[in-house]
Amino acid sequence: MHMADALISPVVGGIMWATSAGAASYSIKKIKLDLDEKKIPLMGVMGAFVFAAQMINFTIPGTGSSGHIGGGILLAILLGPYAGFLTMASVLAIQALFFADGGLLALGSNIFNLGFYTCFIAYPLIYKSIIKKGITKKRIFVGSLLASVIGLQLGSFSVVLQTFFSGITELPLLSFLLLMQPIHLAIGLIEGLITAAVVTFVWSARPEILEPINSKIRSKNMSYKKLIAVLLCSAVLIGSMLSWYASSNPDGLEWAIENITGNAELESSENLHTTLESFQEKISFLPDYSLKTKVEVESNTPVDVGTSVSGLIGGLLTLFLAISIGLVIKLFKNKRLKEN
Amino acid sequence: MANVSDSIYEIRYLDELSQKNSFIHKLHPLVKLIVSIFYIIITVSFGKYEILSLTPLTIYPIILFTLGDIKFFPILKRSFLVLPVVLGLGIFNPILDREPLLTFMNFAITGGWISYLSLIMKCFLTVLCALLLISTTGINNIAIALRSLLIPKIFVTQFLLTYRYISVLLEEIISIWTAYSLRAPEQKGISYKSWGPLLGQLLIRTYDRAQRIYNGMVLRGFSGEFYQDKIRFSLIDFCYLVIMIVFLLLTKLYNIPLILGNILTGV
Repeated sequence: MHMADALISPVVGGIMWATSAGAASYSIKKIKLDLDEKKIPLMGVMGAFVFAAQMINFTIPGTGSSGHIGGGILLAILLGPYAGFLTMASVLAIQALFFADGGLLALGSNIFNLGFYTCFIAYPLIYKSIIKKGITKKRIFVGSLLASVIGLQLGSFSVVLQTFFSGITELPLLSFLLLMQPIHLAIGLIEGLITAAVVTFVWSARPEILEPINSKIRSKNMSYKKLIAVLLCSAVLIGSMLSWYASSNPDGLEWAIENITGNAELESSENLHTTLESFQEKISFLPDYSLKTKVEVESNTPVDVGTSVSGLIGGLLTLFLAISIGLVIKLFKNKRLKEN
Repeated sequence: MANVSDSIYEIRYLDELSQKNSFIHKLHPLVKLIVSIFYIIITVSFGKYEILSLTPLTIYPIILFTLGDIKFFPILKRSFLVLPVVLGLGIFNPILDREPLLTFMNFAITGGWISYLSLIMKCFLTVLCALLLISTTGINNIAIALRSLLIPKIFVTQFLLTYRYISVLLEEIISIWTAYSLRAPEQKGISYKSWGPLLGQLLIRTYDRAQRIYNGMVLRGFSGEFYQDKIRFSLIDFCYLVIMIVFLLLTKLYNIPLILGNILTGV
């Protein structure tokens, strides 16, 4: 479910970075208020736990396949939403750096998709409201199962939207959703069942691990208004900064829109496409930035044979130059090594 | 549980690479972080049909590989790991986008194939960039860069702690798995009956470990403060930053391969 850098546009990546950074700084503020230094090593080690536990394959009865735990909900239940969100963020950062799982630009979206929905939506609205009436084994089980499923559904919905607005896939939004949501329903159920099994075990073996956080939450009312305000402000700020960049340098979003509206004659004539397009324009938030639109031909993109030959030669020459730069540096270095 | 020992190996391998003492390793971590992020942004900012403009961007990883003294194939092998996701998502492009975009020797190449190729190229370039960043910088220096970007120390401390304990917990998982598979031979995964107890017990042990770690930290004077070495900016750092940014901007503003090709073919 991790987004990769290649699947995201700078604008979408930047906005998601800003949103996740907003949520993270709000979380840091929150945990600073009830500063419990004890929590810092606990967060670190629990992050490592989730990282490692995700590698265990659990057999799904009746099928040949296997699944693993979902980290966000488990961390929120054990550490509370704010510390859980921050821990999830650093787990994802390490995965992006060391395993190229997700990427540096896509990190903001991954933190949002896997951390925000689980810690700030599924955990407080579902898990917390189910166990509000008092903790029982059954309620914990149902709560963590439902929270995992819904957290993952929201996450995969958001993956679809982010890829869609990045203009990466030609797949229409609706078919993309139909492809992604059912798969992630199945994955979410398995993740939820494993998470629920773990949480109920911990509750019966060592209830005090779950107790302090939950009792604190019951007494304290979380101010979601503030969080949403911070998120909105940072998204608007970065969004406007990026759109300013886009318009002063008509390359990214602005350029695509310009092209789409300007090159109407390149519109695909197939009926299916046009109907899909009109449908898509109706349902999408940014209709002009839709995907299966017209061919985006840049002025300097080789189209006819003459320029395509020189483009090809130029491309090969560039690659050749790049490799020879590497070889020259290597030769030079080897020479110096020998001299020493 | 081959993937767990693989992960330990991966982490250690990249960690050892980051201990080298090359020109790239000596650069200020913040400079490397900024250049990497800028590189990724420029790479993904190219339109879906602009494969030609992507070619000059290969110079950056090549320079890092050679100047940073990093072996090419081990890193390339790691970058294949992410490819399936991109290949799977991108395969709809050639199927759905059949507009011929380019004719070459009587062959019409559709836009879908070109955008698919550009997606794969972008995937490789961005992944290589991230892996090269960590293998020339190392996690401690990344933390220094994060602190100089004014990221709060709570987050940075916790980020470093997570990293430190990943290998400890991975080793725990290996021993749990070995114990389990010795008792339940010829089983692919872990049976649903053991889901809760197996991971739950590890979780409880981890929780207790965190308490011991905290006690150990307090006894050594931990008060929530995060200390680290200071690395100073040098003229070389500044030059590297400027050269790289200018180079990346040039590749964005000018279609270098096309200009070169035009000069050669005299168009």
